[in-house]
Amino acid sequence: MLHLFCPYCQELREENEFHYRGQAHIVRPKDPESLSDKEWGDYLFFRNNSKGIHHEMWYHVSGCRRFFNVTRNTVTYEIYETYKIGETPAVTDKEETE
Amino acid sequence: MSQQNRLAQGGRIDRNRVLNFSFAGQTYKGYEGDTLASALLANGVDVVGRSFKYSRARGITGHGSEEPNGVVQLGTGDSTVPNVRATQQELYSGLVSNPVAGWPSLQFDLMSYLGKAGAMMPPGFYYKTFMYPQKLWMTYEHFIRKAAGLGKAPTAPDPDTYDKFNQHCDVMVVGGGPAGLSAAYAAAKTGARVIIADEQSEMGGHLLTFEQTINGQSSSLWLAEMVAELNAMSNVKVLPKTTVMGYFDHNFLVAIERRTDHLGERAVSGTRQRSHRIRAKQVILAAGAQERPLVFANNDVPGVMLASSVTTYIKRYAVVPGHNLIVSTANDSGYLAAIEWSKAGRNVVGIADSRPHSDGALVAEAKALGIDVWFGHGVMEVKGGRRVYSASVAAISAEGDRIIGDVKTYDCDTVATSGGWSPVVHLSCHTGSRPVWRDDIIGFVPGKALQAQHCVGSIMGDHQLADCVHGGLETGSKAAAQAGFGDGELLMTKPDIERLAEGKAQALFLVPHKKNVSRAPKQFVDLQNDVTAAGIELATREGFESIEHVKRYTAMGFGTDQGKLGNVNGMAIAARSLGKSIEETGTTIFRPSYTPSTFGALAGRDADTLFDPERYTAIHQWHIDNGAVFEDVGQWKRPWYYPQPGESLSEALNRECLATRNSVGILDASTLGKIDIQGKDAREFLNRVYTNAWSKLAIGKCRYGLMLKEDGMIMDDGVTSCLADDHFIVTTTTGGAAAVLEWLELWHQTEWPELEVYMSSVTDHWSTMTISGPNARKVLAKVCHDIDLDKEAFKFMEWRNGSVAGVTARVFRISFTGELSYEINVSANDGLFVWEALIEAGKEFSITPYGTEAMHVLRAEKGFIIVGQDTDGSVTPYDMDMGWCVGKNKAFSFIGKRSFDRPDTQKADRKQFVGLKTKNSDEVLPEGAQAVWDPKQAIPMTMVGHVTSSYYSAVLGRSIALAVIKEGHKHKGETLYFPLADGRVIEAVICDYVFYDPEGERQNV
Ligand SMILES: [Zn+2]
Repeated sequence: MLHLFCPYCQELREENEFHYRGQAHIVRPKDPESLSDKEWGDYLFFRNNSKGIHHEMWYHVSGCRRFFNVTRNTVTYEIYETYKIGETPAVTDKEETE
Repeated sequence: MSQQNRLAQGGRIDRNRVLNFSFAGQTYKGYEGDTLASALLANGVDVVGRSFKYSRARGITGHGSEEPNGVVQLGTGDSTVPNVRATQQELYSGLVSNPVAGWPSLQFDLMSYLGKAGAMMPPGFYYKTFMYPQKLWMTYEHFIRKAAGLGKAPTAPDPDTYDKFNQHCDVMVVGGGPAGLSAAYAAAKTGARVIIADEQSEMGGHLLTFEQTINGQSSSLWLAEMVAELNAMSNVKVLPKTTVMGYFDHNFLVAIERRTDHLGERAVSGTRQRSHRIRAKQVILAAGAQERPLVFANNDVPGVMLASSVTTYIKRYAVVPGHNLIVSTANDSGYLAAIEWSKAGRNVVGIADSRPHSDGALVAEAKALGIDVWFGHGVMEVKGGRRVYSASVAAISAEGDRIIGDVKTYDCDTVATSGGWSPVVHLSCHTGSRPVWRDDIIGFVPGKALQAQHCVGSIMGDHQLADCVHGGLETGSKAAAQAGFGDGELLMTKPDIERLAEGKAQALFLVPHKKNVSRAPKQFVDLQNDVTAAGIELATREGFESIEHVKRYTAMGFGTDQGKLGNVNGMAIAARSLGKSIEETGTTIFRPSYTPSTFGALAGRDADTLFDPERYTAIHQWHIDNGAVFEDVGQWKRPWYYPQPGESLSEALNRECLATRNSVGILDASTLGKIDIQGKDAREFLNRVYTNAWSKLAIGKCRYGLMLKEDGMIMDDGVTSCLADDHFIVTTTTGGAAAVLEWLELWHQTEWPELEVYMSSVTDHWSTMTISGPNARKVLAKVCHDIDLDKEAFKFMEWRNGSVAGVTARVFRISFTGELSYEINVSANDGLFVWEALIEAGKEFSITPYGTEAMHVLRAEKGFIIVGQDTDGSVTPYDMDMGWCVGKNKAFSFIGKRSFDRPDTQKADRKQFVGLKTKNSDEVLPEGAQAVWDPKQAIPMTMVGHVTSSYYSAVLGRSIALAVIKEGHKHKGETLYFPLADGRVIEAVICDYVFYDPEGERQNV
């Protein structure tokens, strides 16, 4: 069971207070109509399957009801950081930023 | 003869407390302090089970959680527990136990029967024998599950209580041997909160059976002082009888404490077991090592035991499990069994030591006792059925790979073996860390720590008491420092402990036989799963090179055993067969649970309604008093229908539906999700998350809306009402309320934080009751005097503030039945009062409460969808013919809109929402029935859609159904066929989905 630090509550809380909400930093296109089907399909359906560093969104459903981001290692489940929506992660995978 | 193997003195048992118990129907006597296994051995019980594949007689082999054979069904009836290790079960008065292997009984064994029928059951039999013909798989599976399952689960609810503790500590110590105790002590002295758990009934580990001097006094004295001191410290929790069954992410451990299992079959008072859910800042694994047996021919015959187990039975329980002992060992520690056996006054035939020599202290002691030691020898084979009667001892090569001399056979009834010590790496494996092979200690040790974890003692291959105690103190103090207590400097002096002289151990796993492995009598590696050395070699010959594949092919280390005794031997045999080193071959990974855990302990109090709470509306008691039958909708209990005496479901249903259509019905709709949305941008927010346009929705008006996922598929629906320009109330489906709120929060917080909008679930704040039917207005008029109910003043799809029965209310004129309807919302506290007032007011119109079933029929007659029943996450508003509620000209590209132009949503052959009328009007299609155009086509047929809702409609006097059918809209009037599982084929014609009042006049009166 993960131990997550909610950046809003400023506390470590047990995983069962949270919902996982998938990959973080997926921005909704400003003008969906201008996108090709392929581009829209990428936004809709394609997600990273990272081995290692992964930025993901969690929801503190049984707490402050805020969404926040987590940088987690998908192999070891180590959590490097948690940060608020709109903030940028301090820990990133070099390949990811290509 | 009673307890013929019990010594007159010694042991940690109380001879004054005699306990009666039974095994396999026989009654015996033991003493308090015994385990079931020690008591059975004391009574000379050799056979405790039959092996699962070959049906061979098996006896007690070990003395702890590693025991592969002595696995029993404990107790009877509701409180029975399967998979209990006799070696771990403390004896109590009246204990009832039965063997679990050898299904269905020790006398008649299915597997031996199958064996005689011809199946030889080579390794891989799961995959080979039972794969073909595929048709028979179900039959095979039935037998395999019975045969492989060790024990029976009770069928009645567990009568005992269990609980869970959430624990937090600075340092968690797993294992209460000398290393663990020292670590806990050093950590606790810094002030850190410490928990120490050990699966045995007493703390002490190896010191319970072995003595050495510490600071010039007996180690048992040191042990007693240490345990007393830890128990006395308020920052330390000492948990004996507690197995840490799993080590999970972020230093979370689950430990199961057996609180009353040593006292009786049922907990007399308190909880039977307790699971401690421990979040630790630092974890110290001091789980020790398990002795590894040597593999040789017929090494499964009762009487073949681990050397350390023989020692333990003698020292701890004063039981000598035989008369004539031969030890076969590859190290010094095996000698201890012979020394204690001899001291107990029984005969040691000799010690076969595979090594050329050893100058160890134990070797010298054995020689001094006059015991024969045969260096360069090993036990190659034993003979016996229900008990060993002889052992063949052979001279073996220095490499341990072949016989180099004569084989001598000696009479004996017990063979104790020691192939070395395997660190208990299981918990470290649970974190995902791969064990690392170390040639110097001939074993796998925990790999790189992935969490805040330390290992100390024999889990790291350090068996010297001095290393365990000194290392424990250092590790405890270091872990405490890392948890923020102390600076890591020891707060005590290290005790003085003499190091024992020890001869170098030899890496021997399989004692060679005169015949090669495939021809020799069976050499068992994994006793619980009946895996032999020949089986492993066969697996490698058949091309399984990865140790993980070898494991799955042979079933080695499967199930409740988790490879405790067999794994390392298996790896070594596989490595040799593959011509690789053990390091190259690697090991399989152990998974939780370390030993079987009861469901009771895992569930704790989270059973029944405490696990899945039931939610009741404020009007619930009235429903009970009026005979409602309830159905579960999510966690809610909703009235399903209200049968009158003698009425069937369909009779009640028809009555409720007709009453609503002809006069007036009343429904408790409180469970509908309600979300209050406020803020200056609330309207814009709704524009973005709903398909509908909200810009022009005036105060006092309501609108039905559809919510889509970004892929264009319907996710939820409901009515939204404008309370003020910056204030709306949204209703959701009963089951979808929480998910919709999360969805709205998601978009607001992550994409549009600039919108000023606030939302809150208000479902429980309101009681909602719907009165529906031609007389609804008349009923409401009797109890509501401050709202103008005139049909022009208060129109369909409008809402008003007012009072109902004197209670402040919001009244919505919306309809889910197609009849004139009012939805009355009052504070939940007043719900029952207002409901009763409406019932009273409606008496003259025979107002009829109706349940969810009638609600479903009434809405289906009108073709109104239920999200999640008529939709399944794969239909768009257009598929449902609901393009009318899509605001195509909204400025913002609302969620899902772009996906209407995806090739998939544009496909011509999408399933579309239609009505169905069966040819035979009495026949009700089953929901989920698949539609085909041609019922005579070959199987598998081409299915073109399915029934989503289906009922008998009383008002129409016929059955009706809703369905999604490929290109359904253009096939109206055509006949579809529904082949059912029972062979019937139902014929139905596609029609419009609105069956009743297609013009919608009734709701507008
Ligand atoms: Zn929070």
